[in-house]
Formats: sequence, structure tokens, C-alpha cells
Amino acid sequence: MMNRRHFLQSFAALPLARVAAPLTLSPTVEVAVAATSSAAGYRKVLVLVELKGGNDGLNTLVPYADPAYYALRPRIAIERDRVIPLTDRAGLHPSLAPLSGFWHANRLAVLQGVGYPQPNLSHFRSIEIWDTASRSNEYLQQGWLTRAFVSRPVPQSFAADGVIVGSAELGPLAGSGTRAIALADTEQFLRRAKLAHPVVVARNPALAHIEKVEADIVHSAAQLAGRVEFATAFPAGAFGKAIGTACQIIANPAGVAAVRVTLSGFDTHANQPAIQARLLGELANGLRSLHDAMVEIDRWNDTLVLTYAEFGRRPQENRNNGTDHGTASVHFAMGGRVTGGLYGAAPDLARLSADGNPAHALDFRDVYATVLDRWWGVDSRAALGGRYAPLPFLA
Amino acid sequence: MLLRLATAVLLCLAAASAAGASAPLGYDDARHLLARTGFGPTDAEVRRFAGLTREQAVTQLLRDTRSSAVTPPPLWADDDAALRYPNPQTATVDERRAFRQQQVRQGLELRAWWMTEMLVTSSPLSERMTLFWHNHFVSSQQKVRFARLMYAQNRTLREHALGSFAALLHAASKEPAMLVYLDGAKSRRDQPNENFAREVMELFTLGEGHYSEQDIKEAARAFTGWSVDRDTGRYRYRPFLRDPGVKTVLDRSGRFDGDAVLDIILARPQTAQFIVAKLWREFVSAEPDPEEVARIAQIFRGQDYDIKAALHALLLSNAFWATENRGTLVKSPVELVVGTLRQLEIAPEAAMPFAIVAAGMGQNLFSPPNVRGWPGGIAWINSDTLLARKQFLDRLLRGDGGVPASMRMIATGSAPAPASSGASTSVATDANEAIAASDLDDAKVRARQFALAVDRGLRSVHFDAVRWLARQQGATPTAKMRTAQALLLPLTPPMADAEGDVDARSFVRATLLDPAYQLK
Repeated sequence: MMNRRHFLQSFAALPLARVAAPLTLSPTVEVAVAATSSAAGYRKVLVLVELKGGNDGLNTLVPYADPAYYALRPRIAIERDRVIPLTDRAGLHPSLAPLSGFWHANRLAVLQGVGYPQPNLSHFRSIEIWDTASRSNEYLQQGWLTRAFVSRPVPQSFAADGVIVGSAELGPLAGSGTRAIALADTEQFLRRAKLAHPVVVARNPALAHIEKVEADIVHSAAQLAGRVEFATAFPAGAFGKAIGTACQIIANPAGVAAVRVTLSGFDTHANQPAIQARLLGELANGLRSLHDAMVEIDRWNDTLVLTYAEFGRRPQENRNNGTDHGTASVHFAMGGRVTGGLYGAAPDLARLSADGNPAHALDFRDVYATVLDRWWGVDSRAALGGRYAPLPFLA
Repeated sequence: MLLRLATAVLLCLAAASAAGASAPLGYDDARHLLARTGFGPTDAEVRRFAGLTREQAVTQLLRDTRSSAVTPPPLWADDDAALRYPNPQTATVDERRAFRQQQVRQGLELRAWWMTEMLVTSSPLSERMTLFWHNHFVSSQQKVRFARLMYAQNRTLREHALGSFAALLHAASKEPAMLVYLDGAKSRRDQPNENFAREVMELFTLGEGHYSEQDIKEAARAFTGWSVDRDTGRYRYRPFLRDPGVKTVLDRSGRFDGDAVLDIILARPQTAQFIVAKLWREFVSAEPDPEEVARIAQIFRGQDYDIKAALHALLLSNAFWATENRGTLVKSPVELVVGTLRQLEIAPEAAMPFAIVAAGMGQNLFSPPNVRGWPGGIAWINSDTLLARKQFLDRLLRGDGGVPASMRMIATGSAPAPASSGASTSVATDANEAIAASDLDDAKVRARQFALAVDRGLRSVHFDAVRWLARQQGATPTAKMRTAQALLLPLTPPMADAEGDVDARSFVRATLLDPAYQLK
């Protein structure tokens, strides 16, 4: 394991990690990267990490000083001496040890109690609410990123507005009006993209739409064809592979505004301790490798990582050493420009709703507003359908 | 010489189509009618309709419809044992898993059954209308869980698909799948659930802006008492749950029950307009013409909501036949998959892989994304779904098995969504959700199994392009290619005329990969 001083050095403003393998970026890269300022901040990339199934927030950021926590979870609570303390009340799950360096470097924001009013406990409906940034009783077709990119377009020269890695569900990039690419891995995408041939004859709106999508595919394929040889070793497993693919995509010279990766399996109704320990370990190691790779290509300061999920889990453990569907949960924001610390408020375990869930402390749309207003400099009102207050984890 | 003759015939047919309502249908006209009202027609089917007048063709189309499936349903479709589920309080992890696996298996069998019916039916319009109503009176196995209830609902939708909309509305509202999906089965006089009351007005009949929040609250009281018998899975009226008081709905007051409220809604002209506008978007164009919709709605309502009367008027409207409206609607994934197999006259050994293929393109039968259904139209096409469509067509035509289909779709496991407006479903005690326990854990395994099934399914299909092309009308290879193109594409492709020396497989492949093939 990297010692702490070395690790902290990697947060220094100057690019220092080009020591590794030589990068095979073409000269045009430098030019493209130099032209950052014009493009509404989209040169700064957002990496969304979906914790699919609904990660248990209470065992992620453990309120280890709260007796109510141990009372609710006699079998699955994280023992006090195993917690990685962040404050005198809250600490991280031991599997998140690879992230503790980010905390000490003040680059890890822990967002507590992220949720929304009138929570829905269905996986499918609740993730739809998150993805479309809708109200609980509202059905929207466009994802929140799609609406942002429609209101403030990403430059056409970018490889794509956004790329979804390892899933076919476009989620925040769903709906028309944006150039979203979904791929399992780049090679497979490039293979399939050969089937697309842009012909522009557009004799009616439907045909025009299809032709535009074909043209977008061909454009993206051309931009994503190059490969960077990272010295960073990405962890084994599907998530580590997806992070590696995401890094390739971010390294493409043309640019991409958003990348979404998914880590699945958080629906821990039974045997939660072992499953969540494994998944959080994958998450932490994956994010560490993302950081290392971004430092290598000098992009860490232009990278914002944000986790999200459909919901958290119920504070009271169930009879199968697991937890059932809950509401508000903990999420992470990290990156070279993030101001670390705890945001929001820990769930009040003494005041749970009738179905045993905590109220939310932060609206997920406040988090989105932070990304739109502060990361990209895009007015969030158009995308979010209202005024939400950015959080101070970005200046 | 023969080529010139064939061209002359096609030109004649084209000229005839321009002549209008009374003239016999040309090849393109007949093709347009069948492509819009069924799945991709074969050359023989097109020729059966070419030469008829519009009136004759539409009348014949509406006469030869079915109201039941020819394909025998899965064995469990009438078996009450298919309704047993583990006790959410006491079930073991293994029992829960076994239950989930049974629902997934039955869900796949159900999808395969419907795909088979769509592939073999002599009445494609019946299946298109069943699909239309499936996407109107939406429910999803994701929330309903029991494949048997989804089957029962499908049977009801087909029975009324081309009958009376009034009868369909009453029947669909009492379907157990609907009562579970929109929480009617949970509704009781002391706690009326508004989910169904809201959606029946907003999505099934009147549309937004034609009712008040108060109407929803009052109607919800009227629907209390409609419930499901847990042992038989059938509709059951429970008088003790019913609110017997006076309700005021859409300006009328009385001790209404649910049926009375549906009749009040049906008495509103807006209901007919709303349905006709939706039929317009399904069959005519993305932009309904308000005057024409009003005219056809009047016919619809005047004939007791006879769906065939509405379709008759719609399919004989000038807009339906207008050149500028042809090739402007996007085929749904199911239309693309079923239509391609039908047009290429491929009879697959098993339909299940093709249901999975359609799901991978965004249309998982029996699991629409939410209560609004699949949005459809150009929303079907994004970079992922377009490549999935093209890859499917490419693999069919290459016939070498090739690279494994990229499969990320999910039958009942992790794709789409159940639904319900508002927070009403987020109840900890919802047995369905409890049983759904860690469904997502199995999703990866299942996705791999599906990918293998699709791979096997596509490998087992053999399309003989040479023989298929030889069967098309035309005296020369070039003439046959012209016929094939006119059959497969709603718009003439921008590419140069097909050359005679192109091999048959490459020709068909290029035609299917033309963007216009995604349209109808």
C-alpha cells in the first residue's frame, strides 16, 4: 500500500505522475485540452457511480457513537473498533480504507441523508426519480443530464455528451436531445459501430433522428478509437474493468462531459455484512485506481466523482442478516477540487417514519445543482425544474 | 425488356395510388396499410390487398380479426398453484429464491407465448391492438409478480382489443393485474388509494387537465371494494371494503360504485377524443390533426365506442394515406423483430430468444417502464438501441453465429419498472416488495443465461437469401430486388438502384441496415 505522504503528494496541483508509462496521446490532445475555458466547463468531467440495488448508508458511514444504531442492528452493525473514524461520531466502513487518504487530504465530501420527499421504495420507480430528477409523483422522460445538455449543449467536437459504461440503461442520459453512448467496453462498441453508416437525406423527422443517432455513433467511435496505456493497474472484476474503460473514455482527446459506471449488488436483503464488505471494497479500490489514472494524465483536478443510488436501506435489520428498502442514504463526492468534509446531517434514528425510515437531510437535486452550477457553470434551473441550492463541497 | 415491363407495372401501380380513395390500391399502398396495421407483411400478403379499393381493403382487414390467441397458453396459465408465494414473514432465503426463479421462468414462458402468437397469427392487427392496449392499460410483471395474472390480463385485452372500448375499460379496470399494479386491491373505505383513480382519468380516458384533484379523491372512494381473490387470482368484490356514501365525480353526484364512475367518464366526449388521438399516433402520424380527431371521435362515441368503427374511420382518412405521412413512424422493437422474421419468412424453433432480443432494444413485453408505458416514437432510438437493432439484423443476415449478442437485458429481473404515482406503494408491508428480496443479485447470472439463449436462438435460424429473393415477384434478378426493396422499405432508399450482380445476402443485409428500415 502506498504510504500516506506519497498519497497526499498526488493531490498537489502540479502534475507529477507522468513518471509512469509514456502516454500515447496525439499532439492534438494538448491543443484540445488547452482550449478548455470556452466550453461551459464541460472539459471538467463528471463520473457518476451508481450503487445499484440501494447501498446501506448506515453501515457505510457508521454512527458508531450512537447507541440507537447498535440497538437497531444487533447482528449486522459494524463494531466500533472496526470503524475508520472520521469524526468522534461517524466513521467509514472498514472496506472503505482505500478512501481514507482522500478524507485526510480534504478531497472527500461525505453527503449524509441524501434523498427526497415522499420517498418511493420500489427500485425501479425510485431510480427513475433520481435519474430524471423528478418529483415523487411526476413522470419525466429525459434524464437530468440530458436536460442540462439540451439547455446548454456540449460542444459537437466532444466524443459524446455522455457515456454509459457497462449498462444499457441510459439513466441520467435517457431521452432525446443528447449524444449518449452506452457501451460494455470500448472494443465491443467500436465493433458494433461499424454497422452505423450516416447518410443524411432526412426526409422526415423520424428518419432525421435515426440518421443523427447514426452520425453520433460514427463520430464517437472515431474519437474513442485511440488507447492510452495507463501505468495504473485497475482492479480485477467487472467494476474495476468498467473504471478502466471509463478512464480510457475520459482520456480521449476530443472530450466527454459525463461518464456513468455501475456497481451492482447492493440489494442486501440477506447476508449483508459479507456482501457489502466486498462491494464497498470494490468501490473504494475502483475509485482509488480512477484517481491514480487521472493523476497520470493530469486530469484529477478536472474530475468530479459522485455516487448515487435509488435509496438507502432501513435502519432496523431484518431477520436474514440483511436490510430492506429504505430512503435517504450516504453518498460521496470526491475529486481534485472537492472541499472535503461531512455535509448534511446523520439520520435521526430516534425519529423514524411509520415504515421505519429516516427523513432526508439533503435533497438529491441540491447535489445535482452543485454539479450543474458549480462544476460546469450551467444554470441548474432548466435541468432541475426549480431552484435547488448548491452545496459548498465545490467552491 | 422484361425489366422495362416490370418497371412499367410498378409505375402504373404508383400512378394508381395517387388517384385517391376510389382507385384500386397500388403495391405501395397495400404495403403501407399492412405495415401500419400489422407486422412487416410478406410479398404475398401485399398482393392480396393490392387492387382492392381503400374501403374494400380496410373492411377486409377489420373483418378478419381474432379475439383469442391460436397459440396454446403455458401450462400454468390456469393452475392455481402458480399463485402460491412464500410467506413474507417466515420464508427462508431458499424459498424466496425458488419463488423468484419460478416467476422469472414463467415470465419468460409468457413472453415466448406472446411472441409466438405474434409470429404465427393470421390476424396481426389483433396482436398490434393487444400490444396497444397493453401499453395503454399498463401493468408490469415487475410489480404484479405473478405471470398468471399478466396472462389473464393479456387474454382480456385481446378479447376486447377490437370490440367495445367501454367494455374494455370496465374489464381492464377489474383485471387482477391492474388491481395489483395500481394498488386498487389495497384500497378500502377508511383508506381509499388514489392511484388507480388518478391514472384511469389521466392516462386511460380523459387526459391531463380534464378532471380535478377532488374528482380523483371522490372516484377513489367509488372504486373501493374491487379486490382480488388470493386463492383463485380472480377479481372479487368485497362489500365490506366499499364506501357506500355519496360521491361527486365530474359534476355528478350519487352513491356511485366503480362501474358508475367509469360510465360517467365514458359519457364525456373528451374520452373518445383522447383515445382517438392515441390511435392516430399509433397508426397515422406523430401529430394528430385536431379536426380529424374530433370528427372520428364523434363516430367512435356515436357507435358505442366500437373500436373497429374508430379504426375504420381512421384508416380511411386522407391523412392515413398521405404520402408525407408514410415512413414517418418508428417501428417498436417488437414490431421490428416480429416483422423482420415474418417478412423474411423465418420460422424460428423457439420464440423466447426473440422476446429477449426485443427487450434488449428497450421493449420488454409485460414489463413497460412505468404506468405511462413505453414512450415510443423516436424515443425508441438511441445509440444503444439502434446498435442493438442493427446488430440483430446483421446477425440474422450473416447467419454464422458470429460474435455473441451483447445482452444486457433482463426478463423480469432488473430491467423496467413497476409503478404507481406518488408514494403510495412505498409501504414496508408490501408483500410483493418483500418477496422481491435481492432480485437484483440474480440479475447478472440471468443476463448471462439470456445472452446464451439469444446466441443459440440466432444460431439456429437459417435465412436463405437466395431462395427468399427468388420468391419475390419480378422477371429478372434486378426486378426482384426492386420488389424486395419496395416490400422492406417504406421510403425509397437513397442508394443507387440495386445491381443484378450483387449477391442476394448482401443485398438483403444492406436493405435491412438502411435507416428507413427502422420506420413504418
